[in-house]
Amino acid sequence: MRQINRHPGRVSATLLGLLPFLLIALIYSIASQERLADNPNDKLLPGLEQMTAAVDRMAFQEDRRSGDFLMWQDTTASLARLGIGVGVAALLALFVGILNGVLPLVRANLAPLVSALSMVPPLAILPILFIVFGLGELSKVMLIVIGTAPIMMRDVAQRVRELPGEQLIKIQTLGANSWQVITRMALPQVLPRLIDAVRLSLGPAWLFLIAAEAIASTEGLGYRIFLVRRYLAMDVILPYVIWITILAIVIDQCLRFTNRRLFPWYNAGGH
Amino acid sequence: MSFISVKKLWKEYGDQVVLENLNLEVKEGEFCTLVGASGCGKSTFLKMLLGQETASRGELSLQGEQFPGQPDRNRGIVFQRYSVFPHLTVRENVLLGLELEQKPLLGKLFGKARKDALAQVDAMLEAVGLGHALNKWPHELSGGMQQRLAIAQSFIMKPRILLLDEPFGALDPGIRGDMHDLILKLWRESGTTIFMVTHDLHEGFYLGTRLLVFDKIRNDPQNPEAYGATISYDLPIGQSDPQLYQSIESSVSETSRQLSA
Repeated sequence: MRQINRHPGRVSATLLGLLPFLLIALIYSIASQERLADNPNDKLLPGLEQMTAAVDRMAFQEDRRSGDFLMWQDTTASLARLGIGVGVAALLALFVGILNGVLPLVRANLAPLVSALSMVPPLAILPILFIVFGLGELSKVMLIVIGTAPIMMRDVAQRVRELPGEQLIKIQTLGANSWQVITRMALPQVLPRLIDAVRLSLGPAWLFLIAAEAIASTEGLGYRIFLVRRYLAMDVILPYVIWITILAIVIDQCLRFTNRRLFPWYNAGGH
Repeated sequence: MSFISVKKLWKEYGDQVVLENLNLEVKEGEFCTLVGASGCGKSTFLKMLLGQETASRGELSLQGEQFPGQPDRNRGIVFQRYSVFPHLTVRENVLLGLELEQKPLLGKLFGKARKDALAQVDAMLEAVGLGHALNKWPHELSGGMQQRLAIAQSFIMKPRILLLDEPFGALDPGIRGDMHDLILKLWRESGTTIFMVTHDLHEGFYLGTRLLVFDKIRNDPQNPEAYGATISYDLPIGQSDPQLYQSIESSVSETSRQLSA
């Protein structure tokens, strides 16, 4: 039988999917054990024991100096920046994207600018943001907004323009004015697509968040990773990276679930 | 004065002539079917009636006035596909037109006004045979059901002109018959003027009051785009004998062969 026609069953698909994870864990633990056998104080490949100790210290014990639970403090600080940044970017994208998609005059006026802006590498203007907005929260949020909004704007405009032309004619024959075309046809059909765009933008958003935190911050997941790097504290860095990954997955799945619940017509192939 | 009058109408795209020298008078309440080969300007003519396209030369007037240059609520349309809104339920799809008309800003009705409108909507949906599917989503309906919905959506606005662009082209033959009955019933009740484009000559021959055949009378084999199509037959329905049917059939398929060559 050809390879392209061989399909795994349910159980074997799950096992096949788990296999790479187990392999990585296995290789890591062997390497870690070997290094620790040579030198029990090795910092490069900490074992499970050191990592749980580090998590316990960071998450469940008060910091000796500040009295805070550092990991939670870092998490809430980072999530707040991410949430505000992506939220503002999504609203901007919705506003500009719909106008660009529906109104030809606005499109002629704004679309070239949006395209140009989406080509600017956001990290290249991070210094400008620090100069203009200072080193506080604003510059970090702005980096996320500037980094993700233009691409989402283009995406939303594109989705609006992909709506069948027949619909646009039909709603006009039902007497809609331009405002009603936006509120009753374009906006409701673009919302689930916006959520999809946000899901795709979360990857870049995390990148910008951690980059900004690494450079100038006093708390946050990215800040902590780059801080403890000075002490080669892999026992903190690795759990933090896993924690960030888990957060990213949870946020992504929550958005997916929200999309399904709010827009049943969209996910059942009704578009 | 007739309801719609077309005088020496031409439509050209650059060197390509689509329609040449079209003349037509249509009375209010007529049901015209437009047949002809693909590329013979039936849909272009429909788009002009809709306000999506304008004539290159000549006159197209509605009760003596020039045709409005953009679609409006007096001219309904049903396309072959994509006529209904996927994000609205069956009921909401039909309600939409009433809401848009009564609430320019919100575009939504509430309370008693909504209730009254919904009663009207439900009656309309009952009439097109969708009484059992009021709260379904369009993607849950079959192709024929979706077209019934699109028809209801247009008819509830009581348009003066209804344009049907191959509305039954994608449907199974059996269902097409039911749809013919439906459209004839609604047309008789409403008295709307209907233009229907169809590929199916047979459909055109017995549906409605008048058959318009779009065909190229002149043809240049070296340059097929040099001459446009015009109305080659304009027949009242009921006077059609088999011989005429045959001759139209062969003329139309000859043109379509030449166009695709």
